[in-house]
Amino acid sequence: MITLLSAAGLAQAGEVKVAVASNFYKPMLQLAKEFEQATGNRVMLSAGSTGTLYAQIKNGAPFEVFLAADQRRPKALENEKLAVNGSHFTYAQGQLAFWSKNGGYKTQQDFIDAISQVAHIAIANPKNAPYGAATIDTIKKLDMYEKAQPKIVEGHNIGQTYQYISSENVSCGFVALSQVYQKGKITEGSAWLVPSNLHRALKQDAVLLNQGESNDVAKSLLEFLQSEPAKRTIRSFGYKI
Amino acid sequence: MSETSLTVVWVTLKLASVVTIILFLVATPLAWWLSQTQSRYKPVISALFAVPLVLPPTVMGFYLLLLLGPNGPIGQLSDILGLGILPFSFTGIAIACAVHSFPFVIQPLQNAFESIGKRPLEVAATLGASPLDCFWNVVIPLARPGFITAMVMGFCHAIGEFGVVLMIGGNIPGKTRVLSVQIYNHVEAMEYAQAHWLAGSMVIFSFLALLIVYLVNQKAAKRSMA
Repeated sequence: MITLLSAAGLAQAGEVKVAVASNFYKPMLQLAKEFEQATGNRVMLSAGSTGTLYAQIKNGAPFEVFLAADQRRPKALENEKLAVNGSHFTYAQGQLAFWSKNGGYKTQQDFIDAISQVAHIAIANPKNAPYGAATIDTIKKLDMYEKAQPKIVEGHNIGQTYQYISSENVSCGFVALSQVYQKGKITEGSAWLVPSNLHRALKQDAVLLNQGESNDVAKSLLEFLQSEPAKRTIRSFGYKI
Repeated sequence: MSETSLTVVWVTLKLASVVTIILFLVATPLAWWLSQTQSRYKPVISALFAVPLVLPPTVMGFYLLLLLGPNGPIGQLSDILGLGILPFSFTGIAIACAVHSFPFVIQPLQNAFESIGKRPLEVAATLGASPLDCFWNVVIPLARPGFITAMVMGFCHAIGEFGVVLMIGGNIPGKTRVLSVQIYNHVEAMEYAQAHWLAGSMVIFSFLALLIVYLVNQKAAKRSMA
């Protein structure tokens, strides 16, 4: 405790306001804690969907760093002169998982069999949620879209999709591995990890927003996210980087 | 307007109509009972009926998802009755919406019934009218402004329903994708032009609907003064 306090006292205790995509909220809480312990600065997190956060930033929300769930929104903010040009980088790459609370959903064939057996398949909204778009890519690539389409129910984001399955309103569906993964294992039920060649890349970009340009804490947080210890933490949550 | 938008508008109007009808059938007798009863449980029941008014839609949606789902009591009942699981169906969002809009319908009705007072009913009874006669020929005409307010409020609240449908709907085109959800989708997808069209129409529609309520109430107030 004493060492922590003195470390905090030594560093220039500042703070940084971060907008983070919901799917990365849990890892970011952990990363923020590590960053705070190392530097004594405070990280203020606001979680939301990438689209909502983007709309808020465009309309003057006071965020300094944006961790999006896609590459499109950070790039758009740079083009619109709302983010520092060239500051974006990929901080994590998501892994799509076909998941059920029941056992026996472990392979591509299990998914194909499930289509004709289950009442519903939950996916994230393909228009707004990158995991949803990747799911549709996968289903189309496997030539199963016609069969699967009538069974699809959409969560408005990947968090809600998870909720549909975890409450067993839907028996299986496509979620982010990070939602059902802890310490190197699937937490509950079974999952097929969708190979990334079946869908577009789930690259998640971070960007320094204009409001953060003069804040050293914002810059050091972005540097920290690219460091090896941070990457280890990110991987432990089921992301690739 | 594109075909998808038309489908969304159609589902929304259908939902609001179905919800309004369900609510009238359920809320009218309950509102009448509340307006007449001397029961000491009245405050408890009134409070229970008003709960959806103050709960955040996310709480309502979350619990409805659990209650209507396969492990919930209502979900198990609907499964036994052969209705299947209600979330992700039009029936499911109609029930959820009806629960959420319930206070908006029962409260104006109860107020209208209470403001009639005992006198007109006693007069009708001494003239030989049966209780049912009384209700149809005395209560309903006198409570008409209350009925109109309740109808508009219930209908509009169902049109504007967002959180609950978002939680249990599943965004299925033609079944559970309604206007408010579609607007949210457009905003999320950076399609601000389409969002403006739908959102702007909602603003105008809501204003006109409320204007009807206030005009009707004003007329009724004038009539009772005269």
